Amino acid sequence: MTELIKHSAAALAAKLAAREVSAVELTQAHLDRIAAVDGGERGIHAFLHVNTAEALAVAADVDERRARGEELHELAGVPIAVKDLIVTVGQPTTAGSKILEGWHSPYDATVVKKLRAARMPILGKTNLDEFAMGSSTEHSAYGPTRNPWDLDRIPGGSGGGSAAAVASFEAPLALGTDTGGSIRQPGAVTGTVGVKPTYGGVSRYGAIAMASSLDQIGPVSRTVLDSALLHEVIGGHDPFDSTSLTDPATGLVAAARLGNVKGMKIGVVKELGGEGYQAGVEARFADSLEMLRSAGAEIVEVSCPNFDYALGAYYLIMPSEASSNLAKFDGVRYGLRVLPEDGPMTIERVMGSTRAAGFGDEVKRRIILGTYALSAGYYDAYYGSAQKVRTLIQRDFDAAFAQVDVLISPTAPTTAFKLGEKLDDPLAMYLNDVATIPANMAGVPGLSLPSGLADEDGLPAGIQLLAPVRQDARLYRVGAVLETMLEQSWGGPILAKAPALAELAKTTEAK
Amino acid sequence: MAAINRDDVAHLAQLAHIEMTDDELDRMAGELAVIVDSVKSISEVAGNDVPATSHPIPLSNVLREDVVGHVLTADQALSGAPDAQNGRFRVPAILEED
Repeated sequence: MTELIKHSAAALAAKLAAREVSAVELTQAHLDRIAAVDGGERGIHAFLHVNTAEALAVAADVDERRARGEELHELAGVPIAVKDLIVTVGQPTTAGSKILEGWHSPYDATVVKKLRAARMPILGKTNLDEFAMGSSTEHSAYGPTRNPWDLDRIPGGSGGGSAAAVASFEAPLALGTDTGGSIRQPGAVTGTVGVKPTYGGVSRYGAIAMASSLDQIGPVSRTVLDSALLHEVIGGHDPFDSTSLTDPATGLVAAARLGNVKGMKIGVVKELGGEGYQAGVEARFADSLEMLRSAGAEIVEVSCPNFDYALGAYYLIMPSEASSNLAKFDGVRYGLRVLPEDGPMTIERVMGSTRAAGFGDEVKRRIILGTYALSAGYYDAYYGSAQKVRTLIQRDFDAAFAQVDVLISPTAPTTAFKLGEKLDDPLAMYLNDVATIPANMAGVPGLSLPSGLADEDGLPAGIQLLAPVRQDARLYRVGAVLETMLEQSWGGPILAKAPALAELAKTTEAK
Repeated sequence: MAAINRDDVAHLAQLAHIEMTDDELDRMAGELAVIVDSVKSISEVAGNDVPATSHPIPLSNVLREDVVGHVLTADQALSGAPDAQNGRFRVPAILEED
C-alpha cells in the first residue's frame, strides 16, 4: 500500500495545491487500494459500485485546470465515496435493496452536485443496510461489509460501507446519512469520525427517504478537520428541500482549527451510560473526560430523563414515516416488477409480489410496524404519543444546553460485534443506537470520534459530542481538541493500530 | 393495549401491499409482538398537556418563486420504469374482471 492514501484529506489537498502529487495519481492510488482490499471472499466489501472512468476523468480535468493556473476549490481532486442511498447520475443507486437493483437516477442529489462543483472525483457507491435500516450492514441485499479491524465483525450501520471505506484507506472522505445513528455508530466501531449535522443544515434532496423528519446527510472521515472541510462543501440552503435551513455552512473549518476548550462547560449525560455499556467503552470515555478537563473545560453531569424513552419513541416514528416513504416502490415507476405466479394479474397483486420479492426482512418488519402504528385506533396511542415524547426530549436538550455548551456520551454502548451475532434478534440490534437516537429526535447536531481501544477486545470505541441546533461549530471546536490530545497519547492516529489488510494481487480488476 | 397477533400481521401486510407466506406471517407475528411490547410504554409517558412534535425545527410557509424549476423530461421520468409505452407508465389491469 502506498503511504499516500494514509494522509488526511486536508493534507492531500495541500499536496495537490503544492503539485507534489496529481489528482489522477491520487485517485488511481485509491482505486488501486479498492481493487486490492475490497473484493474477494474476505474483502472489505465497502463498495457496491466503483466509478473508475468518471473519477479519473474528473481528476484529469482538475490537473489540467490547475496546470492552467485556474482558481480551484480547496478539496478539488480529493476523491470521495458516496453512500448508495444518495442518488447519482451515471452510476447505479440501489439503496442496498433488490427492489432498486440496476436502477439509475435521472438526477443528482444536491450534495452530489456540490461535490461535482468542487471537482471532487467520486470513487463509487458504498454499501449499507437496505434503505438504511440497520446497525450492521448485514441487512444489505448485496452482502455485508466487513470491519477492517476484524473481518469477522460488523462495521456498524447503516453506513458501514462509508465508514469501512475510510477506515481501510479506500477513500479519504465519504458521505453518509444518519436517521438514528447511521453515520456516528459506524464511525465509533471503525475508529473513524462522522458527523450528523443540524437537521436541515445539509440538503436531503436526492437522499432516498427513510424517515423524513429524522434523516440527515453528513460527512464521514478520518479526522475532525476533514469532516469540517466536507461539511462546508455540502452544507447550506437548498430550495429543492423545503426543510433546508437558510443558514450558510461557515465557520466549521475555523472552529476545527481553533482548538481551545478553556472555560467551556461540557455535560455528561447521566442516562447515556451505565447498564448495557461495555466496560472498555466506559473506560475510554472516562479517559477522554479527564483530557478535556486538563485542557481547561469544566465537566458537569446533567440529566435528560426522557432520553430513556427515546429508543421506544424512535421505533414508532421511524417505521411510521418509513412505511409511508416506501409506498412509492410499487413496481410501476422504478426498479423491480415481479408478476404473481397465478391468479388474476391486477396491479394490486403485482405490487404485492414485487414488494414481497424486492424487500428484505428488516424492511418488511418496519413497514408492517409503521402501518400498525399509523392505523385507525392505534394512531393516538402510538404515533401521537411518540411525537409527544419527542417534545419531552427536546425540552431535556433545552434544559441541558441552558447549563452547558456541549453534551458528551459514548457513541455506541459496545465495540463491533461479530457478523451474525444479533441478526436474529431485532431488539438487540436496535439497542446499538440508544445513545445516538436522541439527537435525531430533537434535530441537534452530533459528532463521533474515536476515544481509543477497549481493553477487553482491542477494538475501537467512540465518543459522541452533541451541540444545540445550529451550533455545529462547537462540535468541531471540542472534537479537534480532544482528537489532538488523544492522538498525542496514542503516538499517532488510531488507525495506525489497525491490523494491515491482506492485499489481493495488483492485477485484480476493480468490480 | 392489544398485543399484535398473526391475523393483525396478515391484515397489515395486505394494507402495505406485501404478499407473505404462512411461514413469514408466523415469524413476523412473533418478532413484532416482542417489538410492540417493548415500545408500548411510550403511550403512558407524556400527559395531555404535552404538545406533539412532528418536525425537529419548525419552519412555516416555505414557498418558492412561482416559476418552472427543475423538471424531468418524460423520457427521464420513464427511464427507470419496468414497463412504459407511448410516453406513459404501462401497468397490468387496474381492476379485477368479474
